[in-house]
Amino acid sequence: MSVRETTTLRWIRASLAVFLKDWRSELRTRYAMSALVMFVVTTISIILFSLGGEGASPEVLAGMLWVVIFFAAMSGLSRTFVMEEERGTGMTLQLLTPPGAVFAGKLLFNLVLGAGLTLLTVVLYAFFINGFIVRTLSIFLLTIALGSVGLAAASTIIAAIIARANTKGTLYPVLSFPILLPLLMTVINATRLASDGAPLGEAAGEFQILISYIVVVITVSTLLFEYIWKD
Amino acid sequence: MALRLVTHGLRKAFNRRIVFENIDTSVSEGETLLIAGRNGSGKSTLVKILCDVLSPSQGSVDITGAGPLNAFTRKALFGLVSPYLQLYDEFSAMENLQLAAALRGLHGDARIHEELLARVALDPKRADPVHGFSSGMKQRLKYALALAHHPRILILDEPMSNLDADGMTIVRGIMTEQRTRGILVVATNDLSDIDVHERKVDLNVRA
Amino acid sequence: MTLRILLGVLLTLVIVAALGLPMVQHPQHWYEFPSIPGLEEKARIIFFHVPTAWLSVMAFITSMIYGIRYLRRKDPMDDLTSASAAGLGLLFCVLATVTGAIWAKFNWGSYWNWDPRETSIFVLLLIYGAYFSLRAAVEVEEKRATLSSVYSIIAAVTVPFFVFIMPRIMTGLHPGAKGDPDGAGPVIEFKMSLNMRVVFFSSLIAFTLLFLWMLSLRVRTARLEYHHQPKG
Repeated sequence: MSVRETTTLRWIRASLAVFLKDWRSELRTRYAMSALVMFVVTTISIILFSLGGEGASPEVLAGMLWVVIFFAAMSGLSRTFVMEEERGTGMTLQLLTPPGAVFAGKLLFNLVLGAGLTLLTVVLYAFFINGFIVRTLSIFLLTIALGSVGLAAASTIIAAIIARANTKGTLYPVLSFPILLPLLMTVINATRLASDGAPLGEAAGEFQILISYIVVVITVSTLLFEYIWKD
Repeated sequence: MALRLVTHGLRKAFNRRIVFENIDTSVSEGETLLIAGRNGSGKSTLVKILCDVLSPSQGSVDITGAGPLNAFTRKALFGLVSPYLQLYDEFSAMENLQLAAALRGLHGDARIHEELLARVALDPKRADPVHGFSSGMKQRLKYALALAHHPRILILDEPMSNLDADGMTIVRGIMTEQRTRGILVVATNDLSDIDVHERKVDLNVRA
Repeated sequence: MTLRILLGVLLTLVIVAALGLPMVQHPQHWYEFPSIPGLEEKARIIFFHVPTAWLSVMAFITSMIYGIRYLRRKDPMDDLTSASAAGLGLLFCVLATVTGAIWAKFNWGSYWNWDPRETSIFVLLLIYGAYFSLRAAVEVEEKRATLSSVYSIIAAVTVPFFVFIMPRIMTGLHPGAKGDPDGAGPVIEFKMSLNMRVVFFSSLIAFTLLFLWMLSLRVRTARLEYHHQPKG
């Protein structure tokens, strides 16, 4: 404390503290992770059963990939806020640290969790689902990266909202879907382009939409979070 | 300028049911504010508003004499011990102290944390996860957490709850010390908890 | 009161003109609408369907604006207005969807085609649905008002993305969509005769007034309910 520390440094430290707290808590309890992994595995096996050895068109499979990712996100990404609310630790957090740091930390946590879940889904999907082909890898990888960031960004602010409502579980997909729809439509379209083997340039419009979506959602969330967080 | 905590016309309502209104009070450095009232009279609600974790429906809480405040330094003024403040159960006592410091944007000093735990007689248990603690031990840990950053305003809601005789003696020592270095706010319905006070808000009279 | 009379007169005139004026192949008189081959009498939907959809969008924006106001001033009346506007929006959103779907069955052959504008109104319906589910799930009034305001703002900033996404993804049946020989774009170049335009824009104005009148009614009843409800 003797050294005069800049406020910026305190913001970074506090945000990281929120992130690390959630991360260590997750490593000890494995609440969100086990739910996510099981969800992805079950959903992909249901798809396998329903396809029954017959293939589907790459267009349909591209869409289905994001269906799995969306619902898996809905099963796990609300954990970070709902957990605080259920255990009553939200007030402790409010007492200790500013809302901005809470949001930054939780967003970071969901970004990591979201990236992990997307990666897991893509690997399992590519491994087990025959007929899912990616011809333009660059489009596919960029879509996966931007898609998981956008998904985590929108899911985080909606999670903060539903943590304060009474019917947390059922409400989450209901509130998230209209917000995520622009993102989902864009990533599905981009994934199709990747399956069709379109050149990278053809997906430039999709990437522009995804990037601006991410910027807009994170900006608005940061501005509004304080209202949700403080009683 | 001495530190001063002032409330202006505080009013809080939940679903239009008024918990209290027109709370005008102030407390300065070296003084104790007593918030008295029976169960359900709004003591805890007022405490939450004072330490800025709940917004009043009307009115404001002002702090003067603390210099310019930002998001962190304002929070650093307050230390709170209360029954509804929950700890992170899966972490140990030391980890909780370390986490609280980091959340305040500070480097936690392990030596100071150990001293604090010794003061509330928890040092033998410092590495045990908190979910194994008794409610009295949790209450002691809350005191360590509230004091770790040397708050200038210490707010105690039901200060003696779950404490044994030794615990109460420790708390009395903490209260006396706080009066010499800042503001003490005590919310209780048991007036034997507190020896002296300069200011009082009686929520029973208003209710 | 003046609003009500003005609205009554205007809406009557619009309805009479929109439904009553004859449609002929080669209009000779000012009161005759040109008949568009393939549409004929079905073209009259534009006088009601488009204003209905316009009203539901306007209600959505109103609800968001009052949501922002609530967050700034914490006045429960702002929340009442926001929720009342959303209620009207939902009602007219359903009306626009149903009238559109019935018309589509007769003109395009099926009730639903996932054309860009159908998709947009579907999204609007989803948002309204989510908004009211959220409101139903929060008991404390202040919290309900705050959360639903925040949600409507977030929804409002993501909706404009559809303007850019739709044309990339699908061709449309509505005028102004991708593949329209008259040019694609969010702003429709209406191919309407002058007298049709007059009726159309009068109808837009009439529906706007209708919205304002219904909103003020709803807000007044909501206020009465608010003050007469038993506290607690």
